[in-house]
Amino acid sequence: MSDILDVARTQVLDQGIGLSEEQALECLRLPDERVDELLDLAHDVRMKWCGDEVEVEGIVSLKTGGCPEDCHFCSQSGVFDSPVRSAWLDIPSLVKAAQETAQTGATEFCIVAAVRGPDERLMAQVRDGVAAINAVVDINIACSLGMLTQAQVDELAELGVHRYNHNLETARSYFGNVVTTHSFDERIDTCQMVRKAGMELCCGGILGMGETVEQRAEFAAQLAALDPDEVPLNFLNPRPGTPFGEQEPMTAVDALRAVATFRLVMPRTVLRFAGGREVTLGDLAERGVRGGINAVIVGNYLTTLGRPADEDLAMLADLKMPIKALAKNL
Amino acid sequence: MFCDRCGGDLAIGTHEGCEAARHLEPPRYCVHCRRRMVVQVTPTGWTARCVEHGELVS
Repeated sequence: MSDILDVARTQVLDQGIGLSEEQALECLRLPDERVDELLDLAHDVRMKWCGDEVEVEGIVSLKTGGCPEDCHFCSQSGVFDSPVRSAWLDIPSLVKAAQETAQTGATEFCIVAAVRGPDERLMAQVRDGVAAINAVVDINIACSLGMLTQAQVDELAELGVHRYNHNLETARSYFGNVVTTHSFDERIDTCQMVRKAGMELCCGGILGMGETVEQRAEFAAQLAALDPDEVPLNFLNPRPGTPFGEQEPMTAVDALRAVATFRLVMPRTVLRFAGGREVTLGDLAERGVRGGINAVIVGNYLTTLGRPADEDLAMLADLKMPIKALAKNL
Repeated sequence: MFCDRCGGDLAIGTHEGCEAARHLEPPRYCVHCRRRMVVQVTPTGWTARCVEHGELVS
C-alpha cells in the first residue's frame, strides 16, 4: 500500500486534485511524528495552488445573542443559560468597525447576526449598513445572517455583498449532536442559493466538538463537495452555559493535523484561521500558517477576543507572506 | 464585589480560571451588582454596559 503523503504529493501537489474522504482519513490518522511532514506538504500545496498571499478579514456582530437556534457550541443561543445578552450595533458603530478593520490592511469585513435567518428589521439594518460602509470605507463586505430565502439571497447580491458565510459546522453524521432546531440540508440549501446568485461562498465549521476523526474526514469531504471559495476553520472554545461548555479544547497537534488535511482535500480554497485558535494553538498558530492556512481573522471575534491585529500582521511579515490587496470583484 | 466573568462572589472561592480566561473575553457581569451587562465586541475593542452602573470601555 502506498504511503498517503507520497500519494498526496503526486495527486494534490502536482495535479491539484484534492484528497478523497478515505485519503483524508489516512492523513488524520498519521502519527504525531509525521505531522510536520504533513504540514510541510500542505504548505507546498497552498503555495503552488493559492500563492503566498494571506487574506485578512475582520468580523463584527451586528445583532448579538437571543438566537432561537440551539447550536450547542454557541453562547448566543437564547435556549441556553449563557451570560451573553442581546445587543444591536448601530450604523455609525458598524461603519467605525469597518474603518478599524480596513486600517489593519484587511480586505474583508464580515457583518454577522445571531439569527435563524434575517427578518425585515435585520435586512433593513444590513441594507443601511452596507450602503454606509461603502460610502466611506474601501473594503469587501461579507455577511453571515443565517438561513436565507431566495429573495434575501437576491437582495444581498444586489447590494454588492460579495461573499456570504454559512457554515455546515460539522459532518452530516454528527450534525444532530450539535444542532436540533434545523437540519444539515437546510444549511446546504442556503449555500447552494448563494453560489447560484453569484456571491462567493464561505462555508466551514468548528473542529473539536466531539466528532471522531472519521467524521472530521467526512466533514472535509462534504465541504469540498460544495466547492466553497473560502473555508473558515474554527476550533471549539468551550463557552460557559452551553452544552459544550465543559468540553476540553482539542489538542494543538490534532488541530494542526486537521488544518493540513483540509488543505489537501481543498487545494485551491481560501482556508482561514477563525475562532478558537488562540485557545487551541497559542503560538503554534504560526505553524498552521506554514501548514496550509492562507487567511486569518484579525482582531476580536463576535463575543470573544482575539490576538491584537498587530501581532498577526507582524507574524505574517516575519513569514514574508504578503497581505492580499483589495480587489473589488462585484 | 463580583467576578466579571462568572458573576460569583469574589470573596468566595478562587477565580483564577476566570482571570486567565478574561484575557480572551470581555467582562459579562457588573462587578458592583452582578447584573449581566450588554456587551458589544468590535474588531479592536469592546463595550460593556450595566443598566445601573454605566458603561465600561476596553
